[in-house]
Amino acid sequence: MNFEKVVFAFFILLALTLNFGFFLGVLDDPTHHHAFELFAALIVSLVATVMKFGDRTPVGSVLLASSLVADLQLIAAALVWGITLYGIGVPLSSGVTASIVSLSGGALLANIVSVVLLIMETFVARR
Amino acid sequence: MKSVRPVLPNVVFLILRRLRIPLIILIFAYAVSITGFVLIPGTRADGTVWTMSFFHAFYFVSYMGSTIGFGELPYPFNGAQRFWTLFSIYATVVAWLYAIGTMISLLQDRFFRQALYRTRVHRQIYKIREDFYLLCGHGEAGKVVTRFLSEIGEQTVVIDRDFEAINEMWIDDYPLEPLVLEGDAADPVQLQNAGLTHDNCKGVIAVIGDDQENLKIAISAKLLNPGLKVVGRVNEEDTASNMRSFGTDHIVNPFKTFAWHFSLAFSSPGHHLLNDWLSQTDYQALNDPVFPPRGQWIICGFGRFGKPLYRRLKHQNNEVTVIEIESEIANAPEGSICGRGTEAVTLNEAKVESAVGIIAGTDNDANNLSIIMTAKELNPDLFTVARQNHNRNASLFEAADMNIVFNQNLLIANQVVSLLTTPLTSEFLRLANKQNAQWANEMVSRICAIVDDNAPVIWVLEMTDDGAPAFIQARLEGFDFRLGQLVREPYNRKVRLSCVPLMLQRHGENQLSPSDDKMLYHGDRILFCGKRSARVKMMSSVSSNELLSYLITGRHRVVSPLWRKFFGSKLQEGE
Repeated sequence: MNFEKVVFAFFILLALTLNFGFFLGVLDDPTHHHAFELFAALIVSLVATVMKFGDRTPVGSVLLASSLVADLQLIAAALVWGITLYGIGVPLSSGVTASIVSLSGGALLANIVSVVLLIMETFVARR
Repeated sequence: MKSVRPVLPNVVFLILRRLRIPLIILIFAYAVSITGFVLIPGTRADGTVWTMSFFHAFYFVSYMGSTIGFGELPYPFNGAQRFWTLFSIYATVVAWLYAIGTMISLLQDRFFRQALYRTRVHRQIYKIREDFYLLCGHGEAGKVVTRFLSEIGEQTVVIDRDFEAINEMWIDDYPLEPLVLEGDAADPVQLQNAGLTHDNCKGVIAVIGDDQENLKIAISAKLLNPGLKVVGRVNEEDTASNMRSFGTDHIVNPFKTFAWHFSLAFSSPGHHLLNDWLSQTDYQALNDPVFPPRGQWIICGFGRFGKPLYRRLKHQNNEVTVIEIESEIANAPEGSICGRGTEAVTLNEAKVESAVGIIAGTDNDANNLSIIMTAKELNPDLFTVARQNHNRNASLFEAADMNIVFNQNLLIANQVVSLLTTPLTSEFLRLANKQNAQWANEMVSRICAIVDDNAPVIWVLEMTDDGAPAFIQARLEGFDFRLGQLVREPYNRKVRLSCVPLMLQRHGENQLSPSDDKMLYHGDRILFCGKRSARVKMMSSVSSNELLSYLITGRHRVVSPLWRKFFGSKLQEGE
């Protein structure tokens, strides 16, 4: 067992689970989606991205790409949230909540791809 | 052959990988600080409690890390918040310092900079769209080759193991900047990265001082890109025959070449001069004819330079005395004198008073100079030949006023450039050396008549669509064209150009010094030597229909279509 690999897999999985946690709930209900969850998902996703830097295997580049996609989606979600509250200065409507959550849904998909690739790579390495 | 894009580490990823830990620390510092500000409740002036949103926390942490002292926003902080601010300041500042420090140290890292430089040069090589030569080894000989090739407008890629030798190139000024790469040319992968299999690679030049490395390069080049021209420098004849066995195109052995040139000076000074002039580049001063006397000669140093000279001198019926410090190891002939030759004692022992000539051929420039100086004091009438090993000592050898100075680097460079750019020259010399001395003397006097202080330029005129389009056009129109008509001033055909036709090659057959009434046909190749201006004029004659038709008919053709329309296509009288 390799400690580095544990940390690597931990962050990739954590990015997925936190992302899923935020996504879970009624799509346009602001009370079902907490800002803390989005924040945690974003931070962990960023850390996972940095960890994938410099891996030059073909799987490594797809992993990095999927992580970058997740980051982009989550940052977009956070931006929509921040601009609505402080840029425009209105409370979250159900429409805005729906778009924030669906953006995070996209990130969720990218994170799933990451995890699937990670599992596949582990199995290939086993053989 | 298809060019292969070299596989190289991407520099961006190299940086990112080294920055992994600093970046993660930075993200954590920010995350913890922001979370703290969101969680800690604040107190407004009226005592009501407020909490920071993520937006405000991120805003505050962002400016706190870089510009401490912006104020507490949106309301003045309470004690708990200030405690947390204290912690956050140190956490983010340290994280930033660490990240920036790592990046700066990475940028200053020698290996990183070399990787960066190498990537850039590899990319440049990959993108080369003109023909180029791959030069392996940037020692003293390599430097001269680079300069010569650069001066005649040939692009080169230089590969050398020594990064210092490469750094010197930044100081030198080249008319056409060569691409320089640090690497081991004996490594096939690095040779490929340097462009060995590139579509535009015209030839490989291996001029490293070590025979084995040149051999490796020549083999790699012939195996990986069989169509390439390969020129290899050798010091030993063993290596030369080895290289020849797998088809190396040209082999340059400076010692053997010099010994052979020198022996020509005995048998036929005309041939010697012809070889000498035609192997110089045109901005070098023209060498004077030398007439080495026959008699007793002294050779100091019996190494790879002395040995072939000894044989040649013997062959020319000279008596030869060898002075060698390690006569046992060097396998010197019977009756050799043990010593350096730098002292009067040894020279006297070799009977310097009765000798006609001395050759200082050690691999040490100071010793060679000392030998000549001492010998001249003992016998001022000596014919002196000295070997110059290093380019930087040129002024010393010039000041010592020798009859012949053998500069191996210059000789290698001249030969390499001549073999690559005008291969017809070596063919000409091969045939010329079979002619008698009278023929050679005539040739020399013809060349003498047209050049001034500098060695002549050598060029090849190809009667093809590319080389002489106007000539092809004229032939299609039914005009006959003789060699004599070509060597004329394009604006005044009564005046002959300052050039001498050396050889005509037709269907693989060579004819030496073709006469003026020789008819020219499609596909002919003619080797000329002469002044640079003559070359320029000749090249413009054969590419311009107007100039060529003047040379043929003696009348100027009306060029402007407007003029022709108004005044008819009457030919203007010329001459």
